[in-house]
Amino acid sequence: MTKDELRALALRVLGGIAPEADLATLDPGADLREWLDLDSMDFLNFVVGLHQGTGIDVPESDYARLSTLDDCVAYLAAASGATARPG
Amino acid sequence: MPSLGADMESGTLVEWRVKPGDRVRRGDIVALIDTDKAEVEVEIFVDGVVEELLVAPGAKLPVGTILARIREPAGAAASTPIGVAKPVPPPPPAAAPAKAAPPLPAPTGPRLRASPLARRVAAELGVDLASVRGTGEGGAITRADVEGARASAASTSAPPAPALRGTPEGDAARAAERALAMRRTIAAAMARSKREIPHYYLATRIDLGPALRWMEAENLRRPVTERLLPAALLVKATALALREVPELNGSFASGAFVPSESIHVGVAVALRPAGLVAPALHHADRLSLGELMAALRDLVRRARAGVLRSSELSDATVTVTNLGDQGVDTVFAVIHPPQVAIVGFGRVREEPWAEAGVVGARPTVTVTLAGDHRASDGHRGGLFLSAMGRLLRSPEAL
Repeated sequence: MTKDELRALALRVLGGIAPEADLATLDPGADLREWLDLDSMDFLNFVVGLHQGTGIDVPESDYARLSTLDDCVAYLAAASGATARPG
Repeated sequence: MPSLGADMESGTLVEWRVKPGDRVRRGDIVALIDTDKAEVEVEIFVDGVVEELLVAPGAKLPVGTILARIREPAGAAASTPIGVAKPVPPPPPAAAPAKAAPPLPAPTGPRLRASPLARRVAAELGVDLASVRGTGEGGAITRADVEGARASAASTSAPPAPALRGTPEGDAARAAERALAMRRTIAAAMARSKREIPHYYLATRIDLGPALRWMEAENLRRPVTERLLPAALLVKATALALREVPELNGSFASGAFVPSESIHVGVAVALRPAGLVAPALHHADRLSLGELMAALRDLVRRARAGVLRSSELSDATVTVTNLGDQGVDTVFAVIHPPQVAIVGFGRVREEPWAEAGVVGARPTVTVTLAGDHRASDGHRGGLFLSAMGRLLRSPEAL
């Protein structure tokens, strides 16, 4: 998956967890737990959603590396060997 | 119309999921009703055949109204009403199939039992006593029942217009209306709790190191979809500790504590964007940690999606509330009547911990108990918290 696809996936999963949030205004550098008021169950569901969309199994010890949307994309890209789409 | 908690006075039938002639089995969903808190799937508690639907969708009805009749198999009782309140309290023990609950006393019965104060308050508030469900001794109507009925009536005086369902404007108006109704319902229940229940509060700090180390190792062996959260361990420890201190598990009704044979842990779930429900995890003490975690995930998901089942809203025998994710250190919770206890969990944080003369850093959590002095005292509450600490030191045994 490309980084754009990974970003779209992360946003899609977050939209299912926090349907009331306006994700179009999400600061990609903002702390997701804080910005979206995610609790532990929400975050686990986020990790499960990412796993189901990519096959990547994020270990608990790496949860801190998924703090922001940009962090998520970077982590998943590194784990899957993705590249950014030109342009 | 089933009672889905002490704070529910009425509900609106949204739709039937069965029709006359349909065969139903215990546990089947037969209808969808709308309460102040959520749309709830109504389960049937007997096997049989739907004989007659007595109420049309859209009708707002007081708790206890018979919605339909079920013909039970030959040899069983001739006909069973749907919609009467399951006995709250106590919930039926799981081992014995729950038979049809007896109908509530007809609201138009020969003589209403109500205290003089309740009658006076009803007159002042313009509440018809015939529409009020009594929770006092022998089903007598109390002042709190009257005030609760008034609050409920105020919160549901403008039921959602069916024609608006499905439109953006209608959905937004409905969401706003539900949020307001839920806030009023919560306020009524909590006001009743603080007025009637003599709370006592206890707190203890527990070293979660052993539990978290065990869980982290366990999670390495589990697929991501089956990972555990600390909440699962805390709920399970609560359920097991309640076996040792049964005075905290049950309900207070008709002037006496009624212990529950089953342990159904109500889990406080914050709704989005606001609101609160505490559906029950049935038989939490009997579930393995994996089963409990799966049930908890499912329960939270359905609570937030608004698809809870009637038994989940009526069966809780105790409640737990966890505000650790919000950074709260210590929770001073309010008991949800008719329950007699609520357990609170704060955030897990690393703190200095002295043991055997050595100070080290440990992940700790503050566990609190709010107990009802009519059912237990601080000594028993203390034993409960002590049991929690002991159980969490041996997580592999949970």
